[in-house]
Amino acid sequence: MTLMQRRVVMNRAVMILSGLAAAIGLFFLVWILGYVGIKGIGAINWDFFTQLPAPPDTEGGGLSSAIVGTLIMTALAALMAVPIGIIAGTYLSEFGRDTYLGHTVRFLSDILVSAPSIVIGVFVYLVMVKPMGNFSGWAGGVSLAIIMLPVVTRTTEEMLRLVPSEMREAALALGAPYWHTMVRVVFRAATAGLLTGVLLAVARVSGETAPLLFTALNSPYWSNTLNQPMSNLTVTLFNYAMSPYDDWHALAWGAAFLITASVLVVTITTRFILRDRSKR
Amino acid sequence: MPVLDRTQEGRSLITRMRSSSNKRFPNWLDGAFKGLTQTFAIGILVLLAAIFIVLWMQSQPSIHKFGFGFLTSTAWNPPKENFGALSAIVGTLMSTAVALVIAIPLSIGIALYLVEIAPEFLRQPLAVAIELLAAIPSIVYGMWGMFVLPPLMSSYVQPWLQKYFGFLPLFKGPPLGIGILTAGIVLALMVIPFIASVTREVFRMVPQTLKEAAYGVGSTTWEVVRNIMLPFGRKGIAGAIFLGLGRALGETMAVTFVIGNSHHMSLSLFSLSNSIASTLANEFTEADTDIYMSSLIELGLVLFLITFIILGLAQWWLQRGNPERKRA
Repeated sequence: MTLMQRRVVMNRAVMILSGLAAAIGLFFLVWILGYVGIKGIGAINWDFFTQLPAPPDTEGGGLSSAIVGTLIMTALAALMAVPIGIIAGTYLSEFGRDTYLGHTVRFLSDILVSAPSIVIGVFVYLVMVKPMGNFSGWAGGVSLAIIMLPVVTRTTEEMLRLVPSEMREAALALGAPYWHTMVRVVFRAATAGLLTGVLLAVARVSGETAPLLFTALNSPYWSNTLNQPMSNLTVTLFNYAMSPYDDWHALAWGAAFLITASVLVVTITTRFILRDRSKR
Repeated sequence: MPVLDRTQEGRSLITRMRSSSNKRFPNWLDGAFKGLTQTFAIGILVLLAAIFIVLWMQSQPSIHKFGFGFLTSTAWNPPKENFGALSAIVGTLMSTAVALVIAIPLSIGIALYLVEIAPEFLRQPLAVAIELLAAIPSIVYGMWGMFVLPPLMSSYVQPWLQKYFGFLPLFKGPPLGIGILTAGIVLALMVIPFIASVTREVFRMVPQTLKEAAYGVGSTTWEVVRNIMLPFGRKGIAGAIFLGLGRALGETMAVTFVIGNSHHMSLSLFSLSNSIASTLANEFTEADTDIYMSSLIELGLVLFLITFIILGLAQWWLQRGNPERKRA
């Protein structure tokens, strides 16, 4: 084989291998989504959304309390993490671009985004559940909030940076104080971006299980108070999937389908919104 | 005011604006606004410090009782109150190693395909599809892994590995379908999107002129990749791999479903094992004695420290390999 032939063959081989890698990735995506879809849709019916969990091998039974519990705790987390994250992100984008504090916070937030969520669960257990004496919806909400916080902070920073500095300068030139410029001009210009950032963060935590295991725990009942263990979809899914009962498995697949579908819908929608914005 | 104070005129404008009096908006509000945002930013640092401090304080009983031996002991005996982290640490490292061995070549191949090889119309949709893999919640990976993989592993993959590589201690033991190897495969699927999308960004930062120059002197695509793109993106790719490594080490749910949850330590990838995260998930609410609880917390501290260092290195390399980020 001449040198030329060897180069051509080598090149072909690499191209085929990398195409194959992409095909493998795509194959698993389709496999996982397809499997969850097929198994999950069958379990989803009216009872799934309206009935309380039932003991195994009894007719009916749904996950209404778990769905509501997940919604409540996710909303609670968003209420805590979004204001804090947006204000901290404002510091990073407006005042801390080149400061030592800015670099440190940015660096550590990026680490915290990928940090193991189960350790956050242990932390919240130690500072909330243990002193208060019982597992609670509050603790679940707080641990989800801690996971959301760095995500919201970093996306806020990025979205505010996309607002052209000319807009800030124009407002300042009219005599507006800086805080007023931020609130009335910069935040407004970035509203869509900030909203999508928040949605992405919400989608991310709504599928989290590990931080809820020792904080909200789980419960088969309606949660009337945030001071008690709170029913939620992901831990229910975990318990049901690990159980030996077929009808619980079916409900677990339904829960998996519901979570995956909502997360994917939010992710895809926000991606389209963000892409339209960056094109403009 | 980061933008304005770069120029002389900007700075004097700021001074004049600050000295001008405005009854509706008193001047101190600007300072307060900055102070508020700064406080919240510092709050993130405080939170991180609090996590470390609380974990450290609460693992004191275990640190005192077992000392450094905690990290090298394979004991895990709740009734006798004797605990060691080694089997969990080894399980974590082995499953992560399997994940990276699978994920690194696949991810780099995917990134390469997306940047250099795929036809133009395929690039964007394929990139989105790969990133969707990252959006699937980890518990769904775990459940899928538990119901789908074990039968395939025990009747096809494991016997095949045993037939051709059975002489290695890695592939000894009965093919149970679950265990370290299965956990590693699920983990690989989970980290591929992270490594691939960061590597793709790194490849896209390679200056077009460099690539064109290489093509211009007659290089093939592979030669451009090998001699231009890989050397140029070395740091960035290392950062991407460490990001995936950090994620894999701390992943809980996906692993807990398929690793088998056994404290027995073995060198075989077929054996049932546990990881730090899966031990916490399974046993934390069952810990009935203080020393049991404290040992679990120390496990959590060890995991947090390891991932913190690895993710820190990842960010450091990614920032250095990326002049855009560094300047920004």
